[in-house]
Amino acid sequence: MDCQLDIFFLEAVLNGILLAGLLALLALGLNLVFGVIDVVWICYAELVMVGMYGIHYAHKGGAPFLLAALLGILLIAAAGALLHLLVIRPVLDQAPINQLLVTGGVLFFLQAAATMAFGVEFRNIGIRLGSASLFDMSFSWARIVTFAVALGGMLALWLFLTRTYMGTAIRAISQDRQIMPLMGVDQRKVYLVTSAIGGGLAGLAAALMVLQYDIYPQIGLQFGPLIFMICVLGGLGNMIGGFVAAFIISQFIAIGGSCFATEWGYAIAFLFFMVAIFIRPQGLFARRA
Amino acid sequence: MIRISRPALIGLAALVALPFLVRFLFASSEKYYLHILIQILIWSFIYTGWSLMGRFGLTSLGHGAFTGIGAYTSVLLWNILGLTPWLGIPIGVALAAAVALLVGYPCFRLRITGHYFALLTLALTEFIRLCIVGLRDYTGGSLGTQPARAGGGVSLHALQFEPDRVLSYYIALALWAFGLYVWLRVDRSMDRYALDAASQDEDAAASVGIDVTREKLKVTALSAGMCALGGAVYAQYQMYIGPETIAGLGVSLNIVFAVIAGGLWTLLGPTVGAVFTQLLSESLRVGIQGSGFLKDWLGSAALALDTAVYGLLLILFIIYMPKGILGTIMEWRGKTRSAGTKA
Repeated sequence: MDCQLDIFFLEAVLNGILLAGLLALLALGLNLVFGVIDVVWICYAELVMVGMYGIHYAHKGGAPFLLAALLGILLIAAAGALLHLLVIRPVLDQAPINQLLVTGGVLFFLQAAATMAFGVEFRNIGIRLGSASLFDMSFSWARIVTFAVALGGMLALWLFLTRTYMGTAIRAISQDRQIMPLMGVDQRKVYLVTSAIGGGLAGLAAALMVLQYDIYPQIGLQFGPLIFMICVLGGLGNMIGGFVAAFIISQFIAIGGSCFATEWGYAIAFLFFMVAIFIRPQGLFARRA
Repeated sequence: MIRISRPALIGLAALVALPFLVRFLFASSEKYYLHILIQILIWSFIYTGWSLMGRFGLTSLGHGAFTGIGAYTSVLLWNILGLTPWLGIPIGVALAAAVALLVGYPCFRLRITGHYFALLTLALTEFIRLCIVGLRDYTGGSLGTQPARAGGGVSLHALQFEPDRVLSYYIALALWAFGLYVWLRVDRSMDRYALDAASQDEDAAASVGIDVTREKLKVTALSAGMCALGGAVYAQYQMYIGPETIAGLGVSLNIVFAVIAGGLWTLLGPTVGAVFTQLLSESLRVGIQGSGFLKDWLGSAALALDTAVYGLLLILFIIYMPKGILGTIMEWRGKTRSAGTKA
């Protein structure tokens, strides 16, 4: 319960930084989709959950982990594209809030379908990476690998968005949805590719999360609200803002969790989030009007 | 005062007579059918409370927090201090309204709307749920808690009426009718026109002299208070409260979706939504229990089938029937314009 500036405090801070890598990756996919299509996938964490199950079963079926992870990423990329085609595209012209709510229906469906297909038990992929120790602190390798791969994934996305023709089209659409179609950009194709990339990022996050967390149908509810909070705090659609926000929020969780109980760490993070939004409504890093 | 039309009067009379009909038709399983009716009525009241602000484009995902505040405040005051729910419930309602004002004021001043408003209120729901779980010494944490029984049966002092199902039904019916009354009062007030204007264009509304923030705060506090009252009555009836059943994101989403399924812009839309969702889950549950094949095939996972069907239906509703069941029916009959007057 007591909070001292000792080596355990430092350990909590460093673990918070490692957690931030994963959260930043999760927020990135959601931000990309919002920035380009202007839609909040409220079922985003459920896509991750489905990816975790996919990887779990592929691995159990005999595929080596890296192959299973690749399959999972492709599966969720396809799921993202499908989500856009079947659910988002028909409501693109409706009130924006309906687009958020329709993915809420997807959330219910995926969660219940996962419960029916896989049961409510906690599953573990059974890969132990051990932990590294530094002075008196210990860090699990799974977290370190997650952090590194998450950063790598973000770098790859950045290169894609800045160095390729499609990436340029995506950035252009996100800046002006009305004008770019007139300039000859195929909006439907850009939306579809963006959804697939957003899904792929969820799949990558799933591949990293199976190393650290048990899989169960409700895991989305544990991460979903956190991801939304990070995205809004950084400014919806602002990928760099989301990246920084992930580090802020994860410190609240890590330090709050080590000083008090876990849920108080989360509670403080949510409280901080609400206060921060009242101070900077468009996110911490919005340009001043 | 609101005049009651003849069809509405007949409908109300039918609802008052309903328990006797149930007793007559299903004498052996009277309790079960009354239980479903009571649940429908209590949730209808909560849904109606949400729709008060939902219809003006204020899509709150925070009402799971308000039902939770109402339920937990009255139950904890009763369990810990022995304070009667007759006082505990008003305190819970006031607390929920205060939280709504506290969160609403900066939201509306800073014009946080749409996605930002929905996600901010979602954070409020999570915050309240985490507080409930965190204060587990008092609230029972994620396992939930029960109001202490005052004797075995019905108690006026403790506001415990659950053993007498017919009495519970009339309490729920009165609550539901009160909800419709509030809805109609709001619908026929000047505030409704002000809020309609503000939901179309805030600047234009402000320029004709509408105090947009004030109007939104009024309806938000009212809506939050109603949901808290509904949550508290639900606790008194169920005699159990848990962070997942009466607070939290699942409750928030259920509220929003049931209202959308029923119809957001009509008086009885939320009620239709409650009837629809309750009957859907009950009939699927009974259907699975009755069918050996489905039971063997799905096992305990069958419990999730209703949610899966529900989620799928919601997607279809929002894509093909964004006005909801009742809204669409009324549109067919060419009556959507005068939505409030039909009932």
